[in-house]
Amino acid sequence: MFKHSVELDVSKCTGCTTCIRHCPTEAIRIREGRAVINDDRCIDCGECIRVCPNKAKKAMCSKFEHYTHYKWKIALPAPALYGQFDGLDDVDAVLQGLIDIGFDDVFEVASAAELVTEYTRLYLKTEGIKKPVISSACPAVVRLISLRYPYLRDNIMPILPPIEIAAMLARKKAKEEHPEFDDGDIGIFFISPCAAKVSYIRNGFGDYKSKIDVVVSLKDIYFMLMGVMKNETSPKVSSKAGMIGIAWASSGGEASAILNDKYLAADGIENINKVLDAIENGNIPQLEFVELNACPGGCVGGVMTIENPYIARTRLQSVRRYLPVSLNRLPSDMHYIPESVVCSSLPTYTPISRLSESFSESMRMMAEIQRIRETLPGIDCGACGSPSCRAFAEDIVRGTASLDKCCVLVNSPKTETEETQ
Amino acid sequence: MSESLTFHYDVDGEDFTSAGQASVQVKKNLRRLGIPPEIIRQVSIAMYEGEINMVIHAGGGKADVIVSEDKIEIILEDHGPGIADVELAMQEGYSTAPDSVRSLGFGAGMGLPNMKRYMDEMTIDSVVGKGTTIKMAVYLS
Ligand SMILES: Nc1ncnc2c1ncn2[C@@H]1O[C@H](COP(=O)(O)OP(=O)(O)OP(=O)(O)O)[C@@H](O)[C@H]1O
Ligand code: SF4
Ligand code: SF4
Ligand SMILES: [Mg+2]
Repeated sequence: MFKHSVELDVSKCTGCTTCIRHCPTEAIRIREGRAVINDDRCIDCGECIRVCPNKAKKAMCSKFEHYTHYKWKIALPAPALYGQFDGLDDVDAVLQGLIDIGFDDVFEVASAAELVTEYTRLYLKTEGIKKPVISSACPAVVRLISLRYPYLRDNIMPILPPIEIAAMLARKKAKEEHPEFDDGDIGIFFISPCAAKVSYIRNGFGDYKSKIDVVVSLKDIYFMLMGVMKNETSPKVSSKAGMIGIAWASSGGEASAILNDKYLAADGIENINKVLDAIENGNIPQLEFVELNACPGGCVGGVMTIENPYIARTRLQSVRRYLPVSLNRLPSDMHYIPESVVCSSLPTYTPISRLSESFSESMRMMAEIQRIRETLPGIDCGACGSPSCRAFAEDIVRGTASLDKCCVLVNSPKTETEETQ
Repeated sequence: MSESLTFHYDVDGEDFTSAGQASVQVKKNLRRLGIPPEIIRQVSIAMYEGEINMVIHAGGGKADVIVSEDKIEIILEDHGPGIADVELAMQEGYSTAPDSVRSLGFGAGMGLPNMKRYMDEMTIDSVVGKGTTIKMAVYLS
């Protein structure tokens, strides 16, 4: 069973139906006055968290304070973190802040991202691969493709996302520098901007298990940092990421770094569905690379960030300004992608929307859905608890809703046949 | 099982931006029926090309997708200008698309040949000045 990170605070949910209409996979229903998420359909995009007027949905994360048993705690900040601070001109101040709040070392995800950029350039030159290559960095997108676009599964780049490579390198570095520690003494903490990465780390992808030990929320860490970053001590740690690594935090940063202008970058699930439908139909020719981010604006738009994604993006631009292009390069004689960073394991394709395992039964159910839909008002009010009249008809046929929940039908004047009965 | 299911779509000739909608809707419905992904893709491509043609060349029309036990049929009907020489229109690279449309990436003259490539059956009935009806089918083995 897929363990999701998006959860409902039952005490806050008013059953207002806002979220059901915004969920891109129609995973939410209102049942007995509360929102219920269907785990098979949810992709942890965080859209329901964004739109809930009652703050009843949240992404479950671990608390940094609860993990005191690790002797060597390493922070893996997502580059989106750097975009949260007003007037920041040096990333080092943030990294020093992480040490000051109790981490023993920092390994920037942005550094690993620069390596992934290098691997991507190599991968794009591989003969016989399916184009366009789709980035594997946004787990909500990878899950969406696995569930809905099986034909495009082979287009996903079979290279680990930056967070995994960062986790591997951080552990390796810790063990080299501190041979006194066992594996169990070292804790790798990812500071996540979004719910999707939390779920991905908990579940792995297919057979691949994440190398990250604890996921903490960027928001929580931000508030802890606010307490220490005012101290004007000069930082003792220094950033090892350049412009490219930091650019990964916002949409287009990853794609524009591959030195190939035949790329496309899209963000927001609605746009992503349009792009994937178009690629599946073969009507975006000559594309080499596609970067898709579920959150608006890219990872800076994640639900666990503080700042508006567009403001964060502008701030990152000024932080980047004086940096070298990239500080993480592959050795010049390296023309292959090491086995350790290759990952082609994906969640298994499950036809989640299939009505029944039997084709003839599916046909019968579909005919019934069409028949019921004709009788419904078609105003998609959501009061029945389903996102649309069409979905309501489907829920009735699947046996998870009943027609008497349609308040428009129940309250409308009786039809002639009923009156004569 | 002798029943068949029909999905009906109106293709708006005025609105370029919504072109391709029917193809997306068909895809969703075929997924609900558990049709294999590869066949869904074939249908989706043929629908998309047909839909775009109706918008660009014929000012819109209607599309019916009929699913039965052994095949999926697509019927596209419009009341546009018709195609004078069907054989010529079927040739790869033949296109009468105006420049305004070409600048949007259409007009490679690949739509009809693609439809034929992905479908098991295809017939075009066209009368100049009256309109065009394209019938296609893909078999569900
Ligand atoms: N429904 C239609 N009504 C009238 N003419 C049509 C219709 N469909 C196609 N045609 C004619 O057939 C030609 C070839 O169609 P085809 O779809 O192969 O290419 P295209 O639409 O011009 O370009 P592309 O599909 O590659 O964007 C068109 O240019 C047009 O002259
Ligand atoms: S938006 Fe959804 S979760 Fe939030 S209160 Fe309304 S029904 Fe409940
Ligand atoms: S996280 Fe996204 S997919 Fe999951 S229930 Fe919320 S809106 Fe739907
Ligand atoms: Mg065409």
